[in-house]
Amino acid sequence: MHARADAPDTAPNWPDEIFATLQRFDVRQVPYVPDAGHSKLIQHVLDSSTMRGIPLTTEEEGVALLAGAWTGGQRGVLLMQSSGVGNCINMLSLIPILRFPFLTLVTMRGEWGEFNPWQVPMGSTTQGVFELSGVKVLRASNAAEVPAVLEAAASQAYNALTPTAVLLSQRLIGAKVFTK
Amino acid sequence: MSKANLLDRRQVVSTLLANRKDVVAIGGLGASTNDMCAAGDHARNFYLWGGMGGAAMIGLGLALAQPKLPVLVITGDGEMLMGIGSLATIGLQKPSNLSIAVLDNEAYGETGGQTSHTSAAADLVGVARACGIKDSKAVTTMAEVEAFAKAVHDVSAGPRFANVKIDSAGLERILPSRDGTYILNRIRGELGFQPI
Repeated sequence: MHARADAPDTAPNWPDEIFATLQRFDVRQVPYVPDAGHSKLIQHVLDSSTMRGIPLTTEEEGVALLAGAWTGGQRGVLLMQSSGVGNCINMLSLIPILRFPFLTLVTMRGEWGEFNPWQVPMGSTTQGVFELSGVKVLRASNAAEVPAVLEAAASQAYNALTPTAVLLSQRLIGAKVFTK
Repeated sequence: MSKANLLDRRQVVSTLLANRKDVVAIGGLGASTNDMCAAGDHARNFYLWGGMGGAAMIGLGLALAQPKLPVLVITGDGEMLMGIGSLATIGLQKPSNLSIAVLDNEAYGETGGQTSHTSAAADLVGVARACGIKDSKAVTTMAEVEAFAKAVHDVSAGPRFANVKIDSAGLERILPSRDGTYILNRIRGELGFQPI
């Protein structure tokens, strides 16, 4: 079920590079709703002594959590899949109102060789939802550009309080393969 | 559910905050945030005017960031129901310095008093306990409110949850600041954090 087609290699390094960047920016709270594309990064977080992985029941919990974390002096990052972005919409209003650093990393579905039609509507509106909600969107389409995109996203989110979403494209992650 | 001897919400909140010391209190959208202001504005009050369903999660983020700081979420039954999954998230993290008090009038008081799920079926204490918050109780007397207010200061024994049945009478609105950056940065200043 977790095999991937069109993935650049069988054991991608880009999640390691994301983790290293988050460490360098002193990210401490990592709320997430699991996604296969985030599984390696989530494992790094759960193994980390400085970051706390916080499983959520729904993604908007993570937006509110990051507001509380910042009140208490900590930076966080929200990990989710494109479907979860729709769940966040009203809670995203906290970001301009409270002005806390907001960074989210979103693994994309429904945009590149998707098998499951049910993923396509939300995958198609993910970027628009963010932009309408005041969140800047950066995208990484291949492994080579992940480090620079992450660096830019974390810099502007944490240094300039510019709410930022990084879309990790389905082309980068590889379309999920369903086998009978 | 008994309708007799319901507590006065303002009295409950002023008792919760009377000897607050370093407690940071987060007020959920609706009358709860007004009740906190009615008890006296405070630099450690986090007033929510939106983000319905998010109060408990803001409390969790703060409690995890500052494990020695007592954090108290005061919210209503409707706001808690909208964020009901956060009880499972909190039950998993078990922050020992987080307390949640729900002011349960079994109604959406701000929108015309429509009955909420707690009026007939939903048992928030049962939900909280089943989500792993062992110290979850139904509160029906002011003596229990006082005991809960004292327990909030024990940052090693949480998380704790109290559902306080309150009278649904509408009260004069006491409105706190609506400026989110002011509210948040005032608390950050109290905790020793500088602006970016």
